[in-house]
Parts: sequence; structure tokens; C-alpha cells
Amino acid sequence: MAKVSFNDDLCKGCGLCVNACPKKILQLDNSRLNNKGYHPVSCTDMSACIGCAFCATTCPDVVITVER
Amino acid sequence: MAVVFEATKGLTGKPFHYCPGCTHGIIHRLIGEVMCELGILEETVSVASVGCSYNSYEYFACDAVQAAHGRAPAVATGIKRNIKDKFVFTYQGDGDLASIGAAEITHAAARGEKITAFFVNNAVYGMTSGQMAPTTLLGQVTTTSPFGRDASYQGYPINVSELLSNLTGSAYIERVCLTDYKNIQAAKKAIKQAFLAQQANLGFTMVEFLSTCPTNWGKEPLEAMDWLKEKMLPQYPLGVYKGADIDFKKLEADFKAARGGENA
Amino acid sequence: MAEKRVLMKGNEVIAEAALRAGCRNYFGYPITPQTEVMHYMAKKMVQIGGNFVQAESEVAAINMVYGAAAAGFRVMTSSSSPGISLKQEGISYIAGAELPAVVVNIVRAGPGLGGILPAQSDYFQATKGGGHGDYRNIVIAPASVQELYEMTVEAFNLADKYRMLAMIMGDGTLGQMMEPVAFRDVEPIVNVEKPWAASGRNGRAEHNVVTSIYINPDDLEAKNNELKAKYDYIEENEVRFEEINCEDADIVLVAYSTCSRICKNVMKQAAQKGLKVGMLRPITLWPFPHKKINEIAAKSNVKAFLSVELSNGQMVEDVKLAVNGQKPVHFFGRNGGNLPSQKEILDRIIEINENPMGGAL
Repeated sequence: MAKVSFNDDLCKGCGLCVNACPKKILQLDNSRLNNKGYHPVSCTDMSACIGCAFCATTCPDVVITVER
Repeated sequence: MAVVFEATKGLTGKPFHYCPGCTHGIIHRLIGEVMCELGILEETVSVASVGCSYNSYEYFACDAVQAAHGRAPAVATGIKRNIKDKFVFTYQGDGDLASIGAAEITHAAARGEKITAFFVNNAVYGMTSGQMAPTTLLGQVTTTSPFGRDASYQGYPINVSELLSNLTGSAYIERVCLTDYKNIQAAKKAIKQAFLAQQANLGFTMVEFLSTCPTNWGKEPLEAMDWLKEKMLPQYPLGVYKGADIDFKKLEADFKAARGGENA
Repeated sequence: MAEKRVLMKGNEVIAEAALRAGCRNYFGYPITPQTEVMHYMAKKMVQIGGNFVQAESEVAAINMVYGAAAAGFRVMTSSSSPGISLKQEGISYIAGAELPAVVVNIVRAGPGLGGILPAQSDYFQATKGGGHGDYRNIVIAPASVQELYEMTVEAFNLADKYRMLAMIMGDGTLGQMMEPVAFRDVEPIVNVEKPWAASGRNGRAEHNVVTSIYINPDDLEAKNNELKAKYDYIEENEVRFEEINCEDADIVLVAYSTCSRICKNVMKQAAQKGLKVGMLRPITLWPFPHKKINEIAAKSNVKAFLSVELSNGQMVEDVKLAVNGQKPVHFFGRNGGNLPSQKEILDRIIEINENPMGGAL
């Protein structure tokens, strides 16, 4: 059981984490904008998260916290 | 559940001003993490340079000094000579380190200054909007090589790690990239090794990070990563250029033992 | 105090004074005619466990100075005119970051590579800023080897007190001159706390940052106004000069350092001819003794001023500003490494005495 959480307003929507996720459960949320004006990342299926932290490691803006 | 990844206390928490997908942020975080893991945050002074990372001092939670363009290794020399038992690192881009600061970095390395240079090579001047850098690749289009860098006209890129590794004063030099999880972990290891070599007074240390500049390359962040792998890696091969024979496991064990296991 | 007089060369005395002032950092690059400062440091600094680095350039040397100062340590560099030009980048950063440091300029004749002989043609560069931006440096111009000693020690105190750069300005004559110097047993070192220094947090909650960057214009204007207030305070409180025989002088010479020594002899010769000649010798070139010169200009006995310099006329501009039209101001200078003869100066004084307005600037 694992969980990722996002500090939404730090996200710049670069998509590096989306690419890094081995479970392909991250995507940029085109339905909303954060304070910076970017489409922030979100998790489509938290139950599939394995807590590998590939996303957080790849993120250039320290957006992601990972629990496992 | 336990937290397995969170923001490091090695950083101040101030949001980065860098463009989306810029790898400066990853490098900052790795340096912050290593400072915390080694327990040296409170005894480290960073030296910021001029370029996109001119204000890296706002992000690193250690003490910091801002230097003029290219002069960070000289400034770091002035600091480190007075605090020999502490850690001093510079954080410099390719224009800063390899062009205007070529003399300062070369002589700091030649003198074997016990400092670490974190050298961010993205083959372009970022802040001033995409001019040709000393590390710009042949054929690469920039705002000052609009027809592509032509060797007969603009000369050749400088391979800084190779160059400085020829100097006796350099102790540890490694080139890394940040294209994926594995490489990022390798980069973090290199940062740690540089600090360990510094504290062991082995000489000058440097980690060169091949980095992306999506904005000035005119590419999406992921495309930029691919371009780096395809174009930059052949010109700038990854690897340890100096200090491959250093026993870092022993250095780390000695370092921790000397500190009574306080940072273990 | 035990008076021990030692015969020493000016440049070596500067280095010895720095060591006595507690300076444990010297970063330099060779250039004539100041190299004895460096030679002395290369040996003595290392012997007492301080830092001596022969840098790859003057640019690197001044940035090492910047680093050591930022970490909170007393530090000095020395050079001569073309080298000081190279150091201007770092000097501007030192001003912007408000760091204490001492820079010695043993001036030689310019422009360009010029020559290695004595000159005062760096007056503008030293007193008007020198590098980019709105800033000042304290500039001290000793006139003897004894003064080189005392004022170098003082320069470190002033630099620390005001968190700014203090420059000792001499020339090859003074630097190469051997004179007896009496060293004090205990130096009047003023120890200043440096809580702003970046040398590791060591338990401090917040990190210290030494920088000269203020991207926001309001922040930068506020910073510059803060600097201005500091400079204004210094102009009120730190002006140093020597006033000789100005009470009943017809003609007042204004000269500093090497020129003031020549002028002192000229004054004796003038007195023998029955001429009443006084002298105002600025010791601090910045802050400049504007007020004092203005007061002297207001005296009814004073007929004219003569600025004597090893340049084609630099300090004379400040003399004119200070006199503010009250009396005619004249200039006499030699340059290129030449010194004025006493006779040349005396002849000029005689001309001015006969016709105070003739040839005034």
C-alpha cells in the first residue's frame, strides 16, 4: 500500500514524473489550473501506486511526497 | 504508512523560479539531500554564480555567498582557506564556469583547492536567452549561432571534465545526467562522493551534470531529455574522469566514525 | 611604549602593518611597483599560519578577497594601477555586498600599460567609485613610511567598522622608499562582530547570505539609499587632513602623499623669499576635506589655491568644488612617472603670487 501526494501549486506541469511512473498512473490534469497557471499532475489510480518514488525523484520542483 | 520521500531540509522550501522541466531543480534537491544525509548542512557554504542559478542561495539552506560571473571558484578559495574543516561548493553553469570563468575553475583545480564545483552543463546560456555556450554542440542552433555552431567559424565545444581531469590538483571528477531514476541516483552518489573527497582533503572535486534547457532548446521537457541522450551524450560521455580508484566506502566509514556515528 | 625604530621599505611596512592588524589573508598577483608587499606576505603570512595565495589574475585575487571577507575574516590585496583596473569588478561587488576589505594601490603612470614610475593619476578611479554602480571606497593617502604603517592598521579598522573597502593609495616613490618606522607594542585593533558572515550556520536558525543582487528596483533603491546614508556619515566623521601654515597664507597648496612631501620643502624655500605659503594635505582622499578647504577659501588672507599632483589634473576638480568660486584655483602637475621639481613649483607659486587670477582654472 502506497500513496503519493502533490504540493499542487509548486507543479509546473513539465510531465517528467508522468513519464517516470512505472505504473502509468500519473497524468497532467487538463481540467484544472494551479496558482501558477499550469495543469498540475494528478494520480488516476492511487490503489495501483507502489511507492517507488520514481516520480518524486524525477520531479524538478519538489512537488511530490511519497508514503508507503 | 511511512513517508519514503519528502522535501529535504537541505533546501529552504522557497519555490524554484526555474522553467518547467529544467533540471536545476533536481540538482538542487540532490545537493540538499546529500548535505542532510552527511549531516554537513550547518557547516557548508555554497557559492552562487551568475546565470539562471544566480540566486541558488535562496534555495540551499546552508550559508551562501553570491559571486560575480565566473569567479565562484576564486570566491570559494577565499572562503575555504579560512574554514578548512568545513565544506564549500560552487554551483555554476556552463557559460559561467567554462567561458568567463575558465581561468578561475582551471586554477582552482590546478591548486587542488579543497572545494567542490557543481557544474551544470546544458549547452546554452539560459538566463540571457539562449546564446551559444562554450559547451554548445556542433550544429546546435542558438540565438548567437542561428545557422548552427560551425566549427570553422565558432570553434569546438569544451569538454570540461576531461580537461580538468588532466590536472594533478583535481582529485575527483565525474560527469552524470538526470534523464531517469537510475541516472538521478547515480548523480546523487556522485555529489556525495565529491563531498567525501573534499572532506578527506584529496584535492579539487567536480560533478558535471548534463542538464536540459527546454525553454532555450525550444523543446518540451520530455523531448529535451531525449535530445540530451541523443545529442549530448556522444559529445559528453558519462563517467568518472578522475578518482576512479578512490575507496569511497572507506572514506564514508572514516567520515562517520570521526563523527561518532552522529550522522549515521 | 618602547620606541623601536626600524629602517624599512614602504611596501614591506604595508605588509607588516597588515599582519599586525590581524590580517591573515593575502591574495595577490605580481605587478610592479608593489611586489615587495607580496614577497613579504609570501613568507611571513605563511610562517604565522595565515593564507597566502598567488592568484591566477588580479580578477581572481580580488574575488578571493571577496570570499574571505564574506566568511568574516580580515583580508588584503595589493596591486598597481593596471591591476587595480582589473580588480574593479570585485571592488564593486565588495561595495554592493558591504564587505570589509583592504586594497593597496601603489599607483603607477597610465593610461594603458603606461609606465612603472610614480603617479597620482588613479585619483578619479579611487575616489569616484572606479567600478560600476553608486558606491564609494574609503581612500587613504599616507605620505611617509610611518604613515603607511599606522594608516594600514587603521584601514582594517575602518573597513570593519563600516563594512566597506578601504584603499591605501601610494605610489612607487613611497612604496620603494626606506625610512625609519616605529612600531607599537600593541596595535589598536578594533574587533567588530560579524554576525552576517557566511562561514557555516553552526546552529544558527537561518542561513546567512552575502550578496549584492537586488532584482526588485525598490529593494535596490533602498539598499543604495542605505549605502548613501553610510557614506554621508563617513563624510561627516572620517575626514582626515593636515593643515600647515594656512592661518596667514596668501597661497594655499593642496597636495597629498609624495607631492605633499615635495611641497613641504617648497614651503620652506618660499618662506625664505618672504612668500606666505600654506598647505592643506588631504590624508583621506575620500572622504575629501571639502569643508576644510571651503573654510580656508573663505579667509580674507588667502589669495589663491594651487593643486600640485602627479597627474594632468584630477584632485584639482575636487579642490575647485570645495573652493566653490571663492578664490582662484590653479593646477600644477607632472605626469608619466616624472616628479615636479621644487623649483618648478616655486616658480608657479611666484607667478600666482604676482597675478592670482592669471592662468586660474
